[in-house]
Amino acid sequence: MLQEATAVAHPLSGSIAELVWLVPVLPLLGFVINGWLSVAAASHVGPKDPSAAGHDDAGHGQAHGHAHDSGGGAHGDDHHPVVRHKYATLVSIVGPGVLALSFALSVAILLAMLGVDHEAPFVRTLFSWMPAGDLNIDAALQVDPLSMVMTLVVTGVGMLIHFFSVGYMQDDPGYPRYFAYLNLFVAFMLVLVLGASYPVLFVGWEGVGLCSYLLIGFWFTDKANADAGKKAFIVNRIGDFGFLIAMFLMFANLGALDFAGVAEAAPGMGFNSAIATTICLFLFLGCAGKSAQIPLYVWLPDAMAGPTPVSALIHAATMVTAGVYLIARSAFLFSLAPVAQLTVAFVGALTALFAATIGLKQWDIKRVLAYSTVSQLGYMFVGVGVGAYVAGIFHLVTHAFFKALLFLGSGSVIFAMHRAYHATHSHDDAQDMRNMGGLRRHLPVTFILMWIATLAIAGIPFFAGFFSKDEILAGVFARAHESTLAEVSWLGIPGSALLYAIYAMGLAAALLTAIYMTRMMLYTFHGPNRTGEKERAHLAEAPWIMTGPLVVLGVLSLFGGWLNLPTIFPFGPQLALEHFLEPVVGEATQTVTRGGAHLEHSTEYVLIAAAVAIAVIGIVFAVARLKPARLVPKAQAPEEQGIERVLVNKYYVDEFYDRTVVQPTVWTSRNVLSTGVDQGIIDKLLVTWVGTGIPRLLGWLGSRLQSGQVGTYAWVLLIGVIAVLGAFTFR
Amino acid sequence: MLAESLALSAVLFTIGAVGVLVRRNAIIIFMCVELMLNAVNLSFIALSKVYGMAGQVFVVFVMTVAAAEAAVGLAIIIAIFRHRQTVNLGNINLLKG
Repeated sequence: MLQEATAVAHPLSGSIAELVWLVPVLPLLGFVINGWLSVAAASHVGPKDPSAAGHDDAGHGQAHGHAHDSGGGAHGDDHHPVVRHKYATLVSIVGPGVLALSFALSVAILLAMLGVDHEAPFVRTLFSWMPAGDLNIDAALQVDPLSMVMTLVVTGVGMLIHFFSVGYMQDDPGYPRYFAYLNLFVAFMLVLVLGASYPVLFVGWEGVGLCSYLLIGFWFTDKANADAGKKAFIVNRIGDFGFLIAMFLMFANLGALDFAGVAEAAPGMGFNSAIATTICLFLFLGCAGKSAQIPLYVWLPDAMAGPTPVSALIHAATMVTAGVYLIARSAFLFSLAPVAQLTVAFVGALTALFAATIGLKQWDIKRVLAYSTVSQLGYMFVGVGVGAYVAGIFHLVTHAFFKALLFLGSGSVIFAMHRAYHATHSHDDAQDMRNMGGLRRHLPVTFILMWIATLAIAGIPFFAGFFSKDEILAGVFARAHESTLAEVSWLGIPGSALLYAIYAMGLAAALLTAIYMTRMMLYTFHGPNRTGEKERAHLAEAPWIMTGPLVVLGVLSLFGGWLNLPTIFPFGPQLALEHFLEPVVGEATQTVTRGGAHLEHSTEYVLIAAAVAIAVIGIVFAVARLKPARLVPKAQAPEEQGIERVLVNKYYVDEFYDRTVVQPTVWTSRNVLSTGVDQGIIDKLLVTWVGTGIPRLLGWLGSRLQSGQVGTYAWVLLIGVIAVLGAFTFR
Repeated sequence: MLAESLALSAVLFTIGAVGVLVRRNAIIIFMCVELMLNAVNLSFIALSKVYGMAGQVFVVFVMTVAAAEAAVGLAIIIAIFRHRQTVNLGNINLLKG
């Protein structure tokens, strides 16, 4: 406890908060156990994981992957009997068990923290990690309101998704491997949110990127899945480059990298200074990679190649929100850089709108949700961008509830669809909404819960998303009126005008959100069933281990808004989250709003009315315009035309990147770096000419000295002796 | 007495060294090497008067090594002569690079 030696002891020292290191270590332990079971099983005869060394029955290994990428459908070997993994029971206890313990410990720490009245964060230093000259980084974890909110979301939602996975992945031959990766992910995610300095956060940041890669490519025998994993990893590297540069700049200019040290030194850079703006923009580049914002969002829709619970946990609820967390955590920096803040908010709004339009015309149920996630992440960035940090984090939390529910619900749908196709040996696409329809009769629980989540994300009053989305929009509107942001100009545009534009974009995105979510629900659950006559008999609700977590998330999506009710709300705990997060982001928020930027109650009512009206209009419009009865299964679907075609093809952004970035890179690598640099310069010039030529020349010169004449050697010896003696004598 | 002894030693050593450098006959060079060794022995003896008995002990060692060296060296020279019919080092350059 190095910190405690100098400062007055923190009231949490000696309490259960000392055990905070156990929170990430428990899932890590789960990773070790499950990973060992996975490896141990590989050396025995049994159902084979495709990653295992054995080659017998490799086709069997593929057959039990449930959800597949859009083109996948069912695999060829479906007639094999389903054999559970030999260690499945043990893994089912360890995998979710460590998460439950971690969650319980987090709750205990939260209660301990609520019991003491102390604003400074509690930093638990474990050991000195990088002592190098002026740079001194400890492996330290930080317990403060923000990290606890994130920890509870990660362990709580993570636990529910682990339970769901027990059912969803039950027949997968890679069952222990799956839980090993999932546990490892949670461990890294907890390092990310609990780290007390940027480098420790970065360790988690990279770790979750690794786990994301491993889990996207979980069914790697299909090349498309492996490619999707690579794409996610490589696109994230671009963002991580920005994060690293930001850290270098911080150390060079502030001399510290721990949150407390940076927060202390940051005001020295000066308000709206070039260096503060640069640091923040580089940080935001990192966030744009991790949290899938324009221009680096392209990896997230492809990440749906992984198992659906992974999409729920990593690519919706937790990892992709790390960027939002990082900005909220760096609030003390961003509040000094209004230009960077406006950039964050504008990119967020643009992403929210852009992704929502793509979501309008996707047919893969998971891709709709993927673009919805990108869009909602944009919303969060609007929140933290305009300095409404609490609103951004609030939306992060409620989004974790309803988006996890939506993804797990879609997982439940895909599970049922896949089982039906499996039973009838059909090879149709189990994820395409054109093959679904009318599922409400077969999946009643999933149906009701997904409608709750849909209403929550659309912003219908009293559901969780309503409060958080409204708070973000209100925050933008208030700051357009009066704040530091309204006074600066962004690329020549006055900040105030830009903020009003962002508000309008947010409203437009909300309208589109309501439309595409209703569309998804209509096509999946309403109208006639398009699954096929034989398959219909096999459609059934998932087991309780899968519906149970859905119900819990449904309750959270209903009441999650109670975390932070607005002041105009007549009852309930008002602004609980805001008061809770006050010690972390309160000062930064005050810097932006100058203590003002409060809306009149009348204005607030108007804003809420506008938001609700937009959501209702979106839903009504979708119900009125979309006729699920007219939809035909995927196999008979006609090609889209005009703007629809552009939307189905996601504005051809992937193709654009392929032409402008991927292909030139590949061409350069092949023709310049490979044949030019590697074979030409290195192999020929350096290895052949320099590498063999120079030693040969030197050797030839040296061999000339070896005359073989002993007399010459004697002379050389004498001259040498005289030289040495002379050097000693006349020095 | 010391100065004269050391001067004689230096003269002997120089004669030996010059012989090693300028002559080509292996036997002569060998003898010149012996001359250099004994020149050193002489200075050891002379200096032992000033610095104690260690010098005289050293001389015994040098003579022992010189005797062994003479045995081996002469054997090599005889072997070379049998092989090449000459002991002129100008003609023997097997170590040429």
